[in-house]
Amino acid sequence: MDLLNALVALSNYVIVPAIAYGSQLALGALGITLIAGVLRFSNFAHGETMAFGTMIVILVTWWFKSLGISIYPLPTALLALPFGIIGCIAMVLLTDKFVYKFYRKAKSSPVVLVMASLGVTFIMNGIIRFIIGPGDQRFADGVRFLLKPKDFKIMTGLNEGLAIKLTQCITLVTAIIIVTALFWFLNKTRTGKSMRAFSDNEDLALLSGINPERVVAITWVFVAILATVAGTLYGIDKTFKPFTYFQLLLPMFAAAVVGGLGNPVGAIVGAFVVSFSEISLTYAYKKFLTYLLPSDLAPSSLVQLISTDYKFAVSFIILVLVLLFRPTGLFKGPST
Amino acid sequence: MNYRNIGLFSLVAVFLLFVGFTQSWNVAFGLLNFCLISAVMSLGVNIQWGYAGLFSIGTVGFVALGGVAAVVTSMPPVEEAWRTGGPGILTALVTGLVTIVVGSQIWKRLPSGRARNISMIVVLVGGFFLFRSFLDPAVAIIEKINPAGEGYLGGLGLPVIFSWVVGGLFAGGVAWVIGKISLGLRSDYLAIATLGISEIIIAVIKNEDWLTRGVKNVIGIPRPTAYEVDLQKSEAFIANANWIGINVVEASSLYVKISYGILFVIVLGIILWLSEKSLHSPWGRMMRAIRDNEVAAEAMGKDVKKRHLQVFIIGSAVCGIAGAMMTSLDGLMTPQSYQPLRFTFLIWVMVIVGGSGNNWGAVLGGFLMWFFWIEVEPMGHWLLSIITSGIPDGMPIKEHLLKSAAHMRLITMGMILLLTLRFAPKGLIPEK
Repeated sequence: MDLLNALVALSNYVIVPAIAYGSQLALGALGITLIAGVLRFSNFAHGETMAFGTMIVILVTWWFKSLGISIYPLPTALLALPFGIIGCIAMVLLTDKFVYKFYRKAKSSPVVLVMASLGVTFIMNGIIRFIIGPGDQRFADGVRFLLKPKDFKIMTGLNEGLAIKLTQCITLVTAIIIVTALFWFLNKTRTGKSMRAFSDNEDLALLSGINPERVVAITWVFVAILATVAGTLYGIDKTFKPFTYFQLLLPMFAAAVVGGLGNPVGAIVGAFVVSFSEISLTYAYKKFLTYLLPSDLAPSSLVQLISTDYKFAVSFIILVLVLLFRPTGLFKGPST
Repeated sequence: MNYRNIGLFSLVAVFLLFVGFTQSWNVAFGLLNFCLISAVMSLGVNIQWGYAGLFSIGTVGFVALGGVAAVVTSMPPVEEAWRTGGPGILTALVTGLVTIVVGSQIWKRLPSGRARNISMIVVLVGGFFLFRSFLDPAVAIIEKINPAGEGYLGGLGLPVIFSWVVGGLFAGGVAWVIGKISLGLRSDYLAIATLGISEIIIAVIKNEDWLTRGVKNVIGIPRPTAYEVDLQKSEAFIANANWIGINVVEASSLYVKISYGILFVIVLGIILWLSEKSLHSPWGRMMRAIRDNEVAAEAMGKDVKKRHLQVFIIGSAVCGIAGAMMTSLDGLMTPQSYQPLRFTFLIWVMVIVGGSGNNWGAVLGGFLMWFFWIEVEPMGHWLLSIITSGIPDGMPIKEHLLKSAAHMRLITMGMILLLTLRFAPKGLIPEK
């Protein structure tokens, strides 16, 4: 019984949140890895791209709410998602046209593109704060819990409750749908194949008549979709704050690098490596151990390995370890 | 220095004079002091990027370390905390250090294989728990001592001016560790790594209350100059102020600002002189050769990694010095004010706009961009109030727009960076 209680406590505080967070990171890391593969630079504005898409989703959600439109029990944000995606696509295509295209044509070194992406970060960050403000925005509505801790206790007779939030479920389902669609596109369609060819070897791809601008544009479209979905899912699961989205850059990069920059499968695995390490290292194991250990050995402190404030240290350490010992990532990425 | 450069610097002077005549001299000298600090910071970044092409975006972390230096050098020690918790903290720090040294020695000395991996992990994990077992009780004791005003170890009680050197040493020391780990990575990986490190440094400063009181801030850091209150009481000063014919309160605050300004000019002068000397020495030429062609430099027998580490440490130390200067100017240390957009990216914009690889360019960029950073807000407000003048008062959209004027500066800085990168990638004063 105690063992079951311990396992439920662990699932409630570590496994379930880590799966949800991992799915959000995976979508973000996929965006970074696509840009790294096809456009060959590390996009520092990716957190801002996510925030921009999410901002539009929030604005449309508010508008729908004021009109009384909702899809209860699901959050209204899902209905607003397509609008966010369209807005985000327009935005990234415009930035590409006005900023990145010039450097791509000039064949500038990746550092210059990264620097330009910093400039884009600045501007987008400003625009987002200008429109929606720098503060927290909560926009999740609909049913909060799919499984309430109390119901779970009654159902199983255990002391520990297991909560599954609706947003966590939506996150997982949406992530699976999006990722499946992306892989189907990359592996089965002609355009997807041309994208992969372009990513593997630009010169050969050009020789075989692939239109680079089209490939780039399609990549941006996918990046915008992934970023908006990732941002919205993160926002309804937690909360929307522009600075938090900027800070997500580090775990997302860590995820992309762990899997090998430019490798989509790797990015997903990397995202779960990062999310599980982050949450399991910052979880206080007191309750878990109290159930498992005999009562005289029960810990008095929280048994928290590192404080939650240092969760970025976890992604950072993963990032550095991978870069030092396996610079190509766990799965070999094309660009290293 | 040709006429063009003199003209550019005069332009900055004209801007500052304009502020002095139209707003007030207090504002102008306040601006000038921050311009000087920004110039030091951008010299530091220029050493890393301009000399060596290291794309490090962790400036904010080093600036914050300078702030820590100001606190631990100049604040009076909290004796009770030292007596009760000090030994525990010191033991913990030594344990941590020994763990890392032993771990890395195991990695270096033992033959690679499972035995090495397992013993290193055992040492590191065991050391971590030992470290926590010493640290946690000591921290709990220290944070209980007069939490409203102290609750930390305090500093050494030395004159604050020493902290400028200490800030450089702190930042340089941390840069050595970071450089050992992350230099040699591909350029954009180095950027991510340094970005992450700086986030971690800020997180440590925010959360380790025993060190710098965390988010409770440290106020009343001693000054290297006189205090306004004392000046206003001094009869000689009042007499002088009356003789010049300005208000005593204004005169005292001007006096303080000018004395800071003189100290900062001296520091900037020394660093600029050293930077120029080193850039035009064989060392500087070698650095630039490494930057332009690493492979060729390596083939000529240059130890690229070592040189990169060296230049990374020097540049970070300069940022640390600037950080300590800034904290001693503010007289307080507020960890929340260390925002990457404000410190890292703004400094980068200064270097790019001024002219990367040119020290004078970095100084000019520091002055010009700080001026814009400050003045864009009132300009944005003015612009928005013109745009919204057609909208009747009380409309939510008008209030929202006016309230958001502060965010104009991010947009403006981003535009300046992008436009410079595109149309004048060499900056205002290009590298010779």
